[in-house]
Amino acid sequence: MKIAVCVKQVPDSWAEKKMSGQVLDRAGVDAVLNDLDEYAVESALQIVEANSPTNEAGEASGHTITLISMGPERATEAIRKALSMGADDAIHICDDALAGSDALATSLVLAEVIKSGGFDLILCGTESTDARMSVIPAMLAQRLGYGQLTFAGSISVDPASSIVKVARTTEVGIENMEAKFPVVVSVVEKINEPRYPSFKGIMAAKKKVITTKSLADLGLGADLVGAKAAWSTVKDALLRPARSAGVKVEDGGDGGSKLADFLAEKRVI
Amino acid sequence: MSALILIDSVDGKVSKSSGELATFAKRIGEVTAIVFDAALVPQLSAFQIDTVITVKDLTGASMVAEMSEAISQIVAAKSPKALLITSSSKGKEIAARVAVATNSGIITDAIDVDSDLITTQSVFGGGTTVHASVSHGCAVITLRSNSIEVAAGSGTPATEEFAPTISAAAKLATITSVQPAVKGGRPELTEASIVVSGGRGTNGDFKPVEALADVLGAAVGASRAATDAGWYPHSHQVGQTGKTVSPQLYVAAGISGAIQHRAGMQTSKLIVAVNKDPEAPIFELADFGVVGDLFNVLPQATSAIAAKK
Repeated sequence: MKIAVCVKQVPDSWAEKKMSGQVLDRAGVDAVLNDLDEYAVESALQIVEANSPTNEAGEASGHTITLISMGPERATEAIRKALSMGADDAIHICDDALAGSDALATSLVLAEVIKSGGFDLILCGTESTDARMSVIPAMLAQRLGYGQLTFAGSISVDPASSIVKVARTTEVGIENMEAKFPVVVSVVEKINEPRYPSFKGIMAAKKKVITTKSLADLGLGADLVGAKAAWSTVKDALLRPARSAGVKVEDGGDGGSKLADFLAEKRVI
Repeated sequence: MSALILIDSVDGKVSKSSGELATFAKRIGEVTAIVFDAALVPQLSAFQIDTVITVKDLTGASMVAEMSEAISQIVAAKSPKALLITSSSKGKEIAARVAVATNSGIITDAIDVDSDLITTQSVFGGGTTVHASVSHGCAVITLRSNSIEVAAGSGTPATEEFAPTISAAAKLATITSVQPAVKGGRPELTEASIVVSGGRGTNGDFKPVEALADVLGAAVGASRAATDAGWYPHSHQVGQTGKTVSPQLYVAAGISGAIQHRAGMQTSKLIVAVNKDPEAPIFELADFGVVGDLFNVLPQATSAIAAKK
């Protein structure tokens, strides 16, 4: 079974983000592996572990986990983090022409890599914590013509029958869904608790192979990606005046009543 | 033909956010609504809709891939200027697939769209306002709930039927069974006009939070600390990695207000905070804050509100 996990390096979600002209200022903040992608990496590891019966000879299970990431050079930091969790290798699409790409171009590039890799199972987080569009998994399924099993709150994979079952977990409830390989799956946070990389994992990750690919390597023209090819354009980005604090009262036994009075005054009740 | 909107429903009723889409779409021009459940059609005269297209053979519970394919075919046939969809999990996925299939640009989570199709988005937890537009194809735009006052309709819309051609690729995934979300009589979190949320300060006891929510007719939210601890279902998490809400009133009880939580509620019209710690960052954005124990303050507020009704 060949598993691919799409991962992205994003500005640290604890950092204060701001715009630099028409785009997110990525240079000025710490960059980390997207939190939500860690759940996808963990899912991949658990699927491989569940399908690798203990082998006394210590032979490999035959299941592989390949990370796919599009981003600037320094995205290798985030890729190493995911490798240190236990993924086997990585493909890093790195090309100056990709700067400013929209979700459509990003999905085009990722789909091209997935297609050429012949993966059975493609795992993603539900969204990146920077753009927060939550559209890439669905775009990949559309472009590749693969089954779409997104917002998985649980997943089971049977490599023998190629059947993947998930509990699609959204605001409207749970839909139990299934599809055969190849499928695109996105996982929600509640699916697992991502492991911390062990010291052994961190050391091993240093020797793992990250294959860098350019647009030319993928056979994609530079005119299809980047800021110029984006089909949505930011006109302006304005800082909103900071929300100012209002009234703060100490609860002297009547805090609840004062709260109710405030709501009445604002005509909420 | 000017703007298409996608109608969705909650418990057999057309959602309030569908009415919001109609109100936005009217600014753009003639409004055509796509509906997957024929039973919803009679309700649509309440909104600013000129024409209703009922899609045959599928329902609102169909899979994203199938619904997207039908909508893409309608976009191809009608060449609208814009397609407006509610920013739900499913809505954004449908928008994503339609954008790819119709070679159209996409903008998600807008809070406004004007007659020139310029969208407004509130990003980075409400700290920055972005204006943007789609420059290719049909403008596929998803809009957050509670973004506009719903305008009333003025007549019965014309009706059409559409028979989609669904490809084998759209049927690769199948739904084997469904468990609807347990509503408990409370409104849906992202649709609610009032949200009462609890955090670490509840120590796992959400009863006072729920009681206040019920007297206000509000939805219940929770911070990540509370959902990670297993105190409240993950589906109720408000914050950067959970739901983004923008209600008329947001009450944060026992929530310190970490930046990740603020990202999910900062655009609420009115914010009220109750916290034992006078230094809690949530007070920086609260219109009204009470420094005190939520187990005293919330029940007192609940009775006082009940008495005022």
